[in-house]
Amino acid sequence: MEDPAVKFINIYVFGRKYEVPEGLTIQKAMEFVGYHFIRSCGCRGGICGACLTEYRTPKSYQLKVALACQALAEPEMQITQSPFVPMHRAHYGLEELRGQTGILEKIYPEIYRCLQCNTCTRVCPMEIQVMDCMAQAIQGNVEKVATLSFQCIMCGACASKCPAEISQPNVALLARRIYGRHILSLPESLYQRIKDIEQGRYNHVLERLTQISIEEVMKIYTLREQEPQESETWVPKDPDFPENIFLKREDI
Amino acid sequence: MSRYPESMQASIKEVEATRLSRAQEEIPMLSLKERQELLHEWHPDYREGGRREIKVGVNQGKRVPHELADLFEGVSVVHSERVDLDRVKHNVDVLVIGGGGGGASAALFAAELGAKTLITTKLRFGDSNTIMAEGGIQAAVGAFDSPALHYLDTMGGGGFENLPHLVHALVRDAPMILEWLARLGVMFDRRDNGDLLASFAGGQCRRRVHSAADYTGMEIMRVLRDEGYSRGIEIMEFCPAVELVLDDKGRCAGAIFANLDTKEQFVIRSKIVILATGGIGRLHIQGFPTTNHYGATADGLVIANRAGAEIIFMDAIQFHPTGTAYPEQLLGLLVSEAFRGWSAQLVNGQGNRYINELETRDITSSATIREVTGRKKGVTTPTGMQGVWLDTPLVEINKGKGTIHRIFPHLFHRFYTYGIDITKEPVLVYPTQHYQNGGILIDEYGETTVENLFAAGEVSGGVHGRNRLGGNSLLDIFVFGRRAGIRAAERAKVIKNGALTMDHVVQYEKELERSGVLKKDIKSPLLLPDYRYEKALTKVHQ
Repeated sequence: MEDPAVKFINIYVFGRKYEVPEGLTIQKAMEFVGYHFIRSCGCRGGICGACLTEYRTPKSYQLKVALACQALAEPEMQITQSPFVPMHRAHYGLEELRGQTGILEKIYPEIYRCLQCNTCTRVCPMEIQVMDCMAQAIQGNVEKVATLSFQCIMCGACASKCPAEISQPNVALLARRIYGRHILSLPESLYQRIKDIEQGRYNHVLERLTQISIEEVMKIYTLREQEPQESETWVPKDPDFPENIFLKREDI
Repeated sequence: MSRYPESMQASIKEVEATRLSRAQEEIPMLSLKERQELLHEWHPDYREGGRREIKVGVNQGKRVPHELADLFEGVSVVHSERVDLDRVKHNVDVLVIGGGGGGASAALFAAELGAKTLITTKLRFGDSNTIMAEGGIQAAVGAFDSPALHYLDTMGGGGFENLPHLVHALVRDAPMILEWLARLGVMFDRRDNGDLLASFAGGQCRRRVHSAADYTGMEIMRVLRDEGYSRGIEIMEFCPAVELVLDDKGRCAGAIFANLDTKEQFVIRSKIVILATGGIGRLHIQGFPTTNHYGATADGLVIANRAGAEIIFMDAIQFHPTGTAYPEQLLGLLVSEAFRGWSAQLVNGQGNRYINELETRDITSSATIREVTGRKKGVTTPTGMQGVWLDTPLVEINKGKGTIHRIFPHLFHRFYTYGIDITKEPVLVYPTQHYQNGGILIDEYGETTVENLFAAGEVSGGVHGRNRLGGNSLLDIFVFGRRAGIRAAERAKVIKNGALTMDHVVQYEKELERSGVLKKDIKSPLLLPDYRYEKALTKVHQ
């Protein structure tokens, strides 16, 4: 802090001027001047959407949006934060949405109000093509909305700026859930494994593993066969391991 | 475009020079004996002076990190004489404290069985370490995999000290949990043929980690949050629990809360309490940076200890091998283990490997600490941080161009923001405090040693032994969240609590005073870390 090599810059937090060392994130710059966050702070790693921040820098008319934990404080930056963005969220039962067409527009009809101004895309700190997402939502392309929006951290930047008053994060979330539940399928082998477990196929081996001494567990552990990195055609030499260990012993 | 300073560029050249020859190099796994030796010599858990004994209460005699012991010996933030236990603000069947994955799943299952359920959370619903989980969730569903192999891997990872009945529950429920999450709409990664994609984490003999790119925890959390809203579960945000309340028979019967905005303290009465308050990372054990969420301040451990719940393995802290060491703004943040699962290698400053990358986290971290502090083969940044390289471009070479964009979009974006293209340049990493391996002792239904007090997720302990495997945490929170939620809802139908008391808090403080260890200048639980003023300049946290 006393280091003369450290350059200080001015920033304006909610309009008040402060001097902070250069090179800090906006979040740490605010902590440096004494903010003890309750809101506007979460994961501190750019994934929770808590620290949505708007700012302007000199010589630019633009109002920019960033995550305070990711963006660096810049000289003469004017900063304000939006810890909470009110959004429209519908209630629905995901199971009942199977096979329905036009479901996004039924649940969120306001998507038709989109003016294609592209503000949502411009302000997204995750660089999602938000407007394209809404265009796909209007066309009913659930898969496209789901995949385009996958990196959404639901900070609400788009919704706070949308002149058509659309809550894009919730439209996209609905699309992803429909896609994950009703369009992507689960392999039959998963259901079979669950059935096997429920019918007790692994009860014996698991019970024995919990009963034997730690030394015996260690011994069995060292016998495990390692699946290789490239294993497309790999088959273990002993596919019944470790079940067969206990069967053999009992047979004796 | 590289933003790496010139002083680090020379080392990158050496990494590049050895890259292709290294790609095929085999480093054998260590024997169990070699593992023990490495841990004892280099793992921070074994450093002298890092821990001390708890002096009073049910956990007397157990050793925990100083940073946690300080909070155990602090003064309660609740003025018990000022809280009127007869003025109950809410009365519910199941009170879930904590809004991460463990709390959300407990609440969803409890509510489904008809229990009047309330989620309270210190920050926002979803703010948690869950949301920061990148790699994925383990479940033995592959053709050549089985719950028994998952059991063995988990025990081996934990140093064979894990509680067997908990590991049994974990591996048995795993495939069902995976199916439950997918049914709620979680977009797990698929292979081209539609099968679930699975990758390796350290200590696994089969690829078993199921991911949603490197956003797995966030994808799951936003789905669970949405489901919670749709089911109409009541959620109270910005209200951390500051003490537990017992009834006249010593059973848990509610909690005291503090509204962070208004500072009001109030009572919620409940038939069952499920603690799901998460971890400890923001205590910065031994001065390490952390991957953890801002709210990870051990609150649940502190209040459960005062209420008489036993803890286990709280001397075992997990240091993740690949925390970010450069740039400084990202210090300590997680670089997913899945990178190593996808064939990225750990390389010292001279371009040489020093450990098999699929060893367990405790082993891999110890080897890195040895490489840097013992053998002096690390890389030093302009501000004096040290680390080793995680050679990410190998993923593109081994697994095909575009793999990093497909599997690691978040990490690509995070580093690209700072001018580092991880498809072309390696990432500097060093061990970072990641997880509390232990916690509040639970049984296979999530119940603690205090009747009607359950715990789920990172705050609980036993299932992971002394070292958790990658992918077992996202699993653990849902397995025990579900089990606790179901058991709580069933029991809530048949029990009736007695008169409320906070006497345990008063008694604990008196005992601390008698033993001469009461820390009057420390208030606990901590609730939020203090990073103000000059602390904002320390290199310990990002």
